[in-house]
Amino acid sequence: MRSVLQRMQTWAERRLPALTRYRRPESLPIELHRRRIYIVPTSFGLGFSVLLLVMMVGALNYTNNAALLLTCLLGAASAASMLVAFRSLDGLRLAYVRAGHAVAGEPIELTLVLESHRRRHAIRVDLDQDSTAFAIDANGIAQVVLQLPTLQRGWLPLPRLRLWSSWPLGLFRAWSWLHPEQSILVWPRPETAGPAPHAAADDARHMRLYLGDELAALRDYRAGDSQRHIAWKASARHINLLVKDFEQPQSRPNWQLDWRQLPGLDHEARIARLARWLGEAQAQRRSYSLWLPGNQIASGSGPLHYAHCMSALAQLP
Amino acid sequence: MIALPSRKARTESPVHTRAFDLLTLTLALVLGLHASHLPWWLTIALASTLGWRWWQRRRHPGRVPRWLKLPLLVLLTLAVVVHYGNIFGREPGTALAIGLLILKLLEAESARDVRVGISFACFALMAALLFEQGLVATITVALGLLPALATLRALEPAQAQVTLQRSLLPGLGLLAAALPLALLGFLLVPRLSSPLWGAPAPRDARTGLSDNMSPGDFTNLLTDDRPAMRVSFEGTPPSPEQRYFRAYVMWDYDGSRWKYVDIVNRAPVELQASRTLDYQISMEPTHQYVLPMLDMPLDAPASARLRQDRVVMADRPVNDPLTYAGRSAVTYRLQPELGIRARNRGLYLPDGFNPRALALGQSWRQRYGTNDVAIVQAALSLFHDGGFRYTLSPAPLGRDAMDDFLFDTHEGFCEQYSSAFTVLMRAAGIPSRVVTGYQGGYWNTLGRYLLVRYSDAHAWSEVWLAGRGWVRIDPTGAVRPQRVSLGAAAAAGGQLPWYENGWLQSMRNRWDIVNRWWGQGVTGFDALRQRGLLTPFGIRNADTTTLGVLLAISCVLFIALGMMWALLRRQVRDPLRTALRELEHKLARKGIVRRPSEGPQHYLSRAARALPGQRGELDLLMRCYLELRYAHDEPPPESLRDFQHAVRDFRVVRVVK
Repeated sequence: MRSVLQRMQTWAERRLPALTRYRRPESLPIELHRRRIYIVPTSFGLGFSVLLLVMMVGALNYTNNAALLLTCLLGAASAASMLVAFRSLDGLRLAYVRAGHAVAGEPIELTLVLESHRRRHAIRVDLDQDSTAFAIDANGIAQVVLQLPTLQRGWLPLPRLRLWSSWPLGLFRAWSWLHPEQSILVWPRPETAGPAPHAAADDARHMRLYLGDELAALRDYRAGDSQRHIAWKASARHINLLVKDFEQPQSRPNWQLDWRQLPGLDHEARIARLARWLGEAQAQRRSYSLWLPGNQIASGSGPLHYAHCMSALAQLP
Repeated sequence: MIALPSRKARTESPVHTRAFDLLTLTLALVLGLHASHLPWWLTIALASTLGWRWWQRRRHPGRVPRWLKLPLLVLLTLAVVVHYGNIFGREPGTALAIGLLILKLLEAESARDVRVGISFACFALMAALLFEQGLVATITVALGLLPALATLRALEPAQAQVTLQRSLLPGLGLLAAALPLALLGFLLVPRLSSPLWGAPAPRDARTGLSDNMSPGDFTNLLTDDRPAMRVSFEGTPPSPEQRYFRAYVMWDYDGSRWKYVDIVNRAPVELQASRTLDYQISMEPTHQYVLPMLDMPLDAPASARLRQDRVVMADRPVNDPLTYAGRSAVTYRLQPELGIRARNRGLYLPDGFNPRALALGQSWRQRYGTNDVAIVQAALSLFHDGGFRYTLSPAPLGRDAMDDFLFDTHEGFCEQYSSAFTVLMRAAGIPSRVVTGYQGGYWNTLGRYLLVRYSDAHAWSEVWLAGRGWVRIDPTGAVRPQRVSLGAAAAAGGQLPWYENGWLQSMRNRWDIVNRWWGQGVTGFDALRQRGLLTPFGIRNADTTTLGVLLAISCVLFIALGMMWALLRRQVRDPLRTALRELEHKLARKGIVRRPSEGPQHYLSRAARALPGQRGELDLLMRCYLELRYAHDEPPPESLRDFQHAVRDFRVVRVVK
């Protein structure tokens, strides 16, 4: 008995690769085609076909040909709607998936970019509990934003997505599985509280304001501004006087965050602490550098630098 | 392992206003289609409920509270029970169903409610066809599917917003695409030879002629211009004066009313026919047994019997449109020998009625002696010259109705004339009887059939003359010859409703061919016709199995066609690429085949080297192609056209080696 079942299963996997093969990850872009689109009637579709049957028996019983014709028309239209449902998925292409950033435990934002030559309506994407509907224009793209829950830091392979539609009448449901071969990086979750990093020269002397050397922007003249800072050339093209505004002082000292300075903690706790420090440094607009085993990141600041550091933390073994 | 999409417990969110509007529209249409047979107060009550609910949900979405819904439900059931007496049967069942459907709208809030409502509405639309299955009604009902389909579409998320009118259009496309399969299914779905359960008892008032007649009864019938039957003849149709269709033969007269008495088991009387005519009659349901036949029927059609007076009675009442074939004698001698009992029956007059008419008849007998023909002539000339008038609204008659008519009012139509004539004949001692049926009709030249309406109902007399048997005498013709030669409408003149007059009536007569076509092709397509359907393909008697197999095969064929459409993907056409292909093709015929690894530049340069005589041309083409392909996002149309022309005009000159 069991061997028969197994044989049937292997046969089914061979004959219907879409149910099995496509459930393994595959590389993007993925185009939907007839071998991987499935259609079943919805519960409403089943109920409606029972109703059609009742209508047909009634029309036949009362030998009412007009009613029979109407029933046939409705039945044929329902059957045609099945093909429309198929067509609303056929040829749809998942071009790529863009992932946002999130720390472990928070949902990460995924953007699916889908392309189509045809106009399509009412296509839904299911990802776990999240379901989003979208429409797409002829030769257009649709960007579908989904929230994927995360549990732990590190590489998270994309789960299977289900693309489905019950367009146009809700009688049939066409669906297809998408399993893009792509992983997204989940950042480590910072610890909630802990000590600040040891920084040598974090005192008031460094806190004074001074004018930076780098020209940052032009702003309107305010009474009291030095004449030397007026941007004459730019002001000539403008109604108001413009003043060169220089980079604001670097108010905080550099943080040198180092894996080696946290000897007493276990692996994940170290990562969590470093993540918190990175977050604080970023919030305080400090410059910071990061030393990790096998990876040294030079001092820097800004969101890109932060993302770089967090990604390095996330990828630690 | 097969994984089907799992049903998730979703919180049902309220449906969009558009879907609700469309549902309301669908229900309003259903109500409108049923309005003709619902009691007027129910229609008004349901329509106002519908309108109120629509307005209420526009203001603040939400279900109607239960304390309002339940009493309405009880009220509806009570109203139906009180009005109809019960809730089973076609009319009360429909009234209840429509009422429940409208009440369903009160609680329609989620997508599921709307879907249930639409399914139910589809059923109610079909039920409308149980009452009326003409062409116009069927098309109206089919169009009623449009808002229903649009509602289902509106329930789907994420779609382009369009106006309400435009949202109906896709449904039309879907129905049009479904029509071929629907027609095929209609032709091939095996019909039941006998109903599975009892057809609804016809509680309709009987229509058409009745089996008794009292002068004045026909007034309603004569203004009813619905088709009664359509007759097609084999060979030339009879002349208008011969288009008498016989239904009832009435012997018994009680002083005010003529009556047909159905005597079942007597052999039909002798008929000597000299000229016969074959024809086919499609009659509308009358819920009666009688089948009108052209005067005088030779035998009865299948599943009908010939009575003694050659009245044809069907075995079952005609509750559905019926088509039957008939054979009649145009010139004949009916019952040359009249027995004494029949003679007495044909002479009977009740005592104490119409003394003046009796006296007149007897005076004729005294004046003309045994010359029965002269007596008939005398009566006809009385009608012709005695100041009688043909009118559809005659003055009412008293107890001695025939006396009043003959000597006072002098106005009436066929009933009065035939009745009075028969009374006079009996008074004069000539056996006679009243015959009712139809006379005249509109000859549709295009369809080659005779359209007979209820308004063509007619009454005439038959008198028995020695040696000639029963002779048809139409006294109305003596007063108003147009009634016989031109038809009822011409005879009535300006007394008919406006739509039965003039050009409009003749348009309607011509349009009737569509109704006939519909009646023959669609509503009359029964099990018998279905079995004969495949005769042209060599299948003599298509039984249920054959039909089922054919239906399955053709469904598969249609599905294959549909799949072809579904799988059709429009290739993105690149005209530039097509042109280059053409050029490659031309060169390949001369042996310069593009290798898979070759780009266009390399390939065309190679071609230019191989064809030194056309080097300049090929170089130009190559540069053109490269510029069109790479210098623009979208190649400019006129340069593209130039390139296409250049490719088309390019001829490879044979290389001389």
